[in-house]
Amino acid sequence: MAKQLIDQAAATLPADKRVSVYQSTKATHEKRTKLLFDQFNDPDLLRQRAGEIKQHVIENLDTLLPAVEAKLKANGAQVHWASTGEAACEAVLRIMQAHGAKKMVKAKTMVSEEIELAHYLEKHGIEALETDLGEFIVQIDKDHPSHIVRPIIHKNRREIATSFEREGLGAYNDDPETITRRARQFLRHKYLEADVGLTGANFVSVESGRIVLVTNEGNSRFSLAAPKVHIALVGIEKLVPRDRDLGVLLNLLARSATAQQLTVYTEFISGPKGATQPDGPEEMHVIFVDNGRTEVLASDCREILRCIRCGACLNVCPVYRQASGHAYRSVYPGPVGAVLSPLLAGKKFPELADLPKASSLCGACNEVCPVNIPIPDLLLRLREKGKREGAPLASVGTPPMGAWALMASQPTAWKAALFGGKALNYLPTKLIPVPALRAWEEKRALPAWRGGEFRKWMKQRRKS
Amino acid sequence: MHAPVRPSPFAPGERPKIQLMATCLCDAFYDDVARATVEVLEHLGVEVEFPEGQTCCGQPAFNGGDWPASRKVVRHTLRTFAGTAPVLLPSGSCAAMLRHGALLEFEKESDLPEVKALAARTWEFADFVVNALGVKTWPGRYDATIAFHRNCHNRGTGSEAASLALLNSIAGAKVVPFGEQEQCCGFGGTFSVAFPHVSSSMGTLKLDHIRAAQPDVLVSGDMSCLMHMGGLAQKAGQPIKTQHIAQVMRDALRNGGLLR
Ligand code: SF4
Repeated sequence: MAKQLIDQAAATLPADKRVSVYQSTKATHEKRTKLLFDQFNDPDLLRQRAGEIKQHVIENLDTLLPAVEAKLKANGAQVHWASTGEAACEAVLRIMQAHGAKKMVKAKTMVSEEIELAHYLEKHGIEALETDLGEFIVQIDKDHPSHIVRPIIHKNRREIATSFEREGLGAYNDDPETITRRARQFLRHKYLEADVGLTGANFVSVESGRIVLVTNEGNSRFSLAAPKVHIALVGIEKLVPRDRDLGVLLNLLARSATAQQLTVYTEFISGPKGATQPDGPEEMHVIFVDNGRTEVLASDCREILRCIRCGACLNVCPVYRQASGHAYRSVYPGPVGAVLSPLLAGKKFPELADLPKASSLCGACNEVCPVNIPIPDLLLRLREKGKREGAPLASVGTPPMGAWALMASQPTAWKAALFGGKALNYLPTKLIPVPALRAWEEKRALPAWRGGEFRKWMKQRRKS
Repeated sequence: MHAPVRPSPFAPGERPKIQLMATCLCDAFYDDVARATVEVLEHLGVEVEFPEGQTCCGQPAFNGGDWPASRKVVRHTLRTFAGTAPVLLPSGSCAAMLRHGALLEFEKESDLPEVKALAARTWEFADFVVNALGVKTWPGRYDATIAFHRNCHNRGTGSEAASLALLNSIAGAKVVPFGEQEQCCGFGGTFSVAFPHVSSSMGTLKLDHIRAAQPDVLVSGDMSCLMHMGGLAQKAGQPIKTQHIAQVMRDALRNGGLLR
């Protein structure tokens, strides 16, 4: 029988990588849970509230987006709209070209991964340097992030030390502090050389036009402090209606993402540098990126747009823990990715139609999600879509259900099968005619067939 | 997620009556679980009706993405379990299918109201005993150390607390905690055959945690999880004893001389 790609990826993942992904996700998940339940009477209520705030946002984008545009402009920022990833890349390039800029420093932003910005800029002769340590390592290794919060969860420090040595950042040394110091030294000087600093946005407040960024390394601060131009790349769903909504969301984000009460840096950016301010970018551009989001909004899986990219669903997910991020073959891995990636793929949905199948539907993701996204329900909807549209990847390994459904809606046929199934007891595994049963028996023993026994007993009991 | 705890469907003094849906796993493999369910309920004075035409809850096709096939089976279940009596299932997963899954796949169907009505009167076994019948403790005796696996479909329902209250109250029974209790056993229906490596790795990890707690028996409210973990353990040459919570309760009654 053909194999599911994510199952294959998990089966061939080197043991040391699996162990490091498992151990660090487990540790973060456990700390997260303890922190939330120690500090809040009812964290589930908080998750529900946060979910309602974000649901309100995605249902009112038609009015909130023009409102935030007006506010941002009033704050002195320039606003751009990009309906596709390509349009967003072009918008960035145009801004760079207008300034004759050749060098960019980048803070961590998932949307830039999504639109493959660094790659695009490189092709146009622009150096776009990642300044988040994890993303920097991904970049020098020409690798891909395997986790949305911790891009190098799949790497150990020996691999990183080797990469640093190769890049001329010093002789081999796998001491984490040395690695961090070397990266810092290298990057410091890059901030000063850069013409443009690019960040994402964790939230944008419609009320104040403030852009909120959370980081632990302070690199986003540097990225927009030294260069003269700041570009913020923002998915259109990143809004919150009011500043005070941030109280709910920031409290949940850091705890859910990294089991911290608050990240080390939380920045509120209200526009370019003011006339009386000595430092800061003279120009600020906000590029709102759609790239498939309005189609997600129009689908029956729109709740996924509530996502605040905390990674908690990855950390708790037993499948992600076994398979790691690259198995998902897309920018967003894990449970959130299994919903979002196939949807954002648009016409290429069939290429990722297996992702929604990579779940036991255990519901752990829903239980931890700070915006209470019913991920299992959305996975089920996408399974139905995959089946309905006949995407081959969606049905690999899933036995066809037509004959079963026919039998299960005809009591006589059902009973006959129950009594007939006894034959299974006497057949060696490889002769069992149903592929699904063979796949079961490769890993687990099958209990003895006792079809109809209960019915006989029940009849007997009713007679006596 | 559905509402955690519902009020009892019975008026005070009313003789409780239910329709039993044994589930296809009990129909095919685990007759003793269905028997124990009946014995426990009848011990509590519940009138148990067993509609002969019953088959399956429709979950395999629902999870597999074949919703038209699944709806066919759910419609059969609707017809088979007509009336207003509560429908009881000795499985959190099949109960969740009728309480939640069916609502999703019938969202745009004209018979959604009937599906909703069935959902409202569907109960998982332990949830029913505690929250519908008001039974808070269990008599008899069961001398064993128990590892209790909270099946995933009971997340956010009244079943987990109900199961633990019942097990903890049995004389001689000791429920022991184990590592990563909230994690899935890896079964997931067709997931177990489509993703055999991930599924069995999840199960093996679960078994390692359970074995470390050295229980005499692994108990759950779902035979699907127990079939998976029990099957894995047996295949690995280290079989473990598994029991459904209804079997534990029935055995406690027997050991206490409370059952004929
Ligand atoms: S889906 Fe929820 S848990 Fe997962 S990354 Fe998004 S916000 Fe976090």
